[in-house]
Amino acid sequence: MTAPLLEARAIRHFFGAFLAVDGVSLTVREGELTALIGANGAGKTTFYNIVSGRLTPTEGRVLLRGRDITGRPPHRITRMGIGRSFQITNIFADLSVLENVQVALVGHAGAGLRLWRAVARDQPLRRRALAVLGRLRLDHLAEEHAGALSHGDKRLLELAVVLASAPSLVLLDEPTAGMTPEETRAVVALIRELAADGEATFFLTEHDMDVVFGLAQRVFVMHRGRLLAEGTPEDIRANPEVRAAYLGEEVT
Amino acid sequence: MKGRPVLVPAVLLLVLAGLVALPWWGSYFALFLATEMLILGLFAASFNLLFGYTGLLSFGQAAYFGTGAYVAALLLRDIGPDFVWVLVAGPVAAALLAAVIGWFCVRLTEVYFAMLTLAFGMMVYAVYHQWRGLTGGSDGVAGFSITPLVSGLEAVNLANPMHYYFLTLAVVVASGYVLYRITTSPFGLILKSIRENAERAAFAGIPVRPYRLLAFTIAGFFAGVAGALFGPFNRIAVPEMVHWTMSAEPVLMTILGGSHNFLGPFLGAAVFLGLRTWLTSYTDQWMFFLGLILLFLVLFLPRGLLSLAEWRTRRRGR
Amino acid sequence: MSSFIAALLNSLDIGMLLFVIASGLTIIFGVLGVLNFAHGALYMLGAYLVLTAMRHAALPFWAAVLVAPLLVAVFAAVVERLAVSRVYRRHITQSLLLTFALLLILDDAVRMIWGSGYHVVDPPALLRGTVQAFGVIYPRYSFFVIAAGAVIGVGIWLLFTRTRLGRRVRAAAVDRDMALAVGIDVPRLYTLVFAFGAWLAALGGALAAPMRTLGPAMGERIIIESFVVVVIGGLGSFPGALVGALILGLIHGFGARWVPELDIVLPYVGMALVLLLRPQGLGGRG
Repeated sequence: MTAPLLEARAIRHFFGAFLAVDGVSLTVREGELTALIGANGAGKTTFYNIVSGRLTPTEGRVLLRGRDITGRPPHRITRMGIGRSFQITNIFADLSVLENVQVALVGHAGAGLRLWRAVARDQPLRRRALAVLGRLRLDHLAEEHAGALSHGDKRLLELAVVLASAPSLVLLDEPTAGMTPEETRAVVALIRELAADGEATFFLTEHDMDVVFGLAQRVFVMHRGRLLAEGTPEDIRANPEVRAAYLGEEVT
Repeated sequence: MKGRPVLVPAVLLLVLAGLVALPWWGSYFALFLATEMLILGLFAASFNLLFGYTGLLSFGQAAYFGTGAYVAALLLRDIGPDFVWVLVAGPVAAALLAAVIGWFCVRLTEVYFAMLTLAFGMMVYAVYHQWRGLTGGSDGVAGFSITPLVSGLEAVNLANPMHYYFLTLAVVVASGYVLYRITTSPFGLILKSIRENAERAAFAGIPVRPYRLLAFTIAGFFAGVAGALFGPFNRIAVPEMVHWTMSAEPVLMTILGGSHNFLGPFLGAAVFLGLRTWLTSYTDQWMFFLGLILLFLVLFLPRGLLSLAEWRTRRRGR
Repeated sequence: MSSFIAALLNSLDIGMLLFVIASGLTIIFGVLGVLNFAHGALYMLGAYLVLTAMRHAALPFWAAVLVAPLLVAVFAAVVERLAVSRVYRRHITQSLLLTFALLLILDDAVRMIWGSGYHVVDPPALLRGTVQAFGVIYPRYSFFVIAAGAVIGVGIWLLFTRTRLGRRVRAAAVDRDMALAVGIDVPRLYTLVFAFGAWLAALGGALAAPMRTLGPAMGERIIIESFVVVVIGGLGSFPGALVGALILGLIHGFGARWVPELDIVLPYVGMALVLLLRPQGLGGRG
């Protein structure tokens, strides 16, 4: 029995006296597109922060393929195979789109200590970066200034930067937030394509229920810091507790 | 450097040619001034590796500059090795100091980082100022003569200002070139990413602190090169070379010339010193006018003088 | 014992003076986010204006101490309107450079107007001479400075906690945009705060004038000391400014007496320790 890709065991996290995450345990299986949903303030982002190393949980363990990664610094966790995008787009604004991806490639290859070779002349690096951008249909924007991109393109660029680190698990924190319906459709198709190609296992959190139910194979529901339910999208849709707490009061 | 791919190397070549030919078309005084401009230009460029490229504003770079000067002066006074060794020892000592101090400083960011570099810089100043036995206290280290570059090389006499100028030119151009290669290397790219978004860099697999420390050490090394040229040039090493007012000079020069361009600090140094020379011939209070110019720049030209040349370029970035 | 008392008194008068000056610096930073490099120059300007007021306008000390800081405050208000207000929204390095430019201008302006020589200001007749207290003989004027510092400190505290203006300033400091949204005239408030901080620096200079020799470098030393105080106390923390100032006063009061070689470096060591162990300062939150 192989270890699940990601396992969170009894994660509890306090911010001062406030309990943001209360005993959440879940697993993400390799290749299974998983979603985490919950109202604002349910603790989703805190949970992501814990899994990606931005926060050390007050209690609990996080395991990646059976290896304990709890409390490790973000750069180590990225090197071990978890990538994440942020709710508020986090890219290198003053660098070009190509350079954004090159940073991640250099970081991943551990080639950051090369002090002499010019990046601009490194053809293999350039090709690899363009390839990553190509997966996300951003290669035509390679020389553009990242800060000048549209909101939707910036989110795609962030995804490119994440993918450039060749992660096994990708945490997507509200990937379609702030996107137009068109952009949302494009991103959903992209994620489905990338997941189908076995690029990585995607673990996303979303507000847009259509996105979640259209993409996810497994859904976890958080409510007030606790795990309320888990199952396939159909299970979740039918779950009365979930309906009451999150999808709105239903008149039965 | 984007935007003017052909123009910049051409202008640079012209400037270099002019500098090489300086002893023949410039006055004795111009030679002295040019030597100082080159040295301080390198100092400012080393500062800019930290500021413009890594996003770290250090107010304590004089600690390394001054150490380069003091180590050079002490070696020349007490041991008298070939000058080439002085040029190695000064920067190495400066880099070691930078590594130690940097280890503490890179734990902080923004204002706190700046304040800590200031604190350490003044601590180093206090040491140089108080330790009469080693550093001569407020009198500094003097009474030494410049040794031959390499024993046996009779043709080069560094006591001759023209020869010293050529040595400075060679060292500064070589150092500048190395610094430039560093900024365009993968390491330089990582530094820029740290400047832009340190968190995203960490999430791209980059351990931020060690990179900052390495940048700090390299900056200290080249500040030491500048200092090792500066001390002997002035035939003295004094605590003022380690004081925070000395640390402020590369800051001013870089802002003046523009931190967004590799050559900005060099231009800033040239303009700063040129202004000082011109103004001091009229008044003792040249800082007043420098202050006015700086005020004007901050308010209206925050990207420095080179931004004037860049304004037509559509794309930003370096 | 008496040398201990003397050192303690020394610490207090240095500390209280630093407190007045540094509280101006910390208030400016706390509300405007600007680290005022020119603060030492404003202090110096306050001292020199007292000199001129007494020497050329024949004003008595008391009047000079009132007028000089006010003049500096007005000057600072003008500078804020014309220059400082333009860099608030920019990166912090821009405001650092701007205030540094101001420092250069002011430093040399003082030199141009008053020359590079040294001047002395006499304390008023009422406060001249020494007094015997707590077993030591100590200058009367120093006691005045200690008392004045305490009164000013209490005054500032009351201003910020008990008045509407003070509440508005604190609101603007916490959340500028919210303050604007509820109708507070934030730009005008900012001008007021900057002028007030400058007033405190100049007041420190005016009070210090009879105790220190006036010279062109007096601003330089004070600005570094003020930075140390503000870092130790916590950038933006008013109670922290008191704590930091007293600590620095103690370092100088006792350090100068017992470990004079270390006296010059101890403040920086203190500053470094605070930055490394508790960057928000002793008075800061978090």
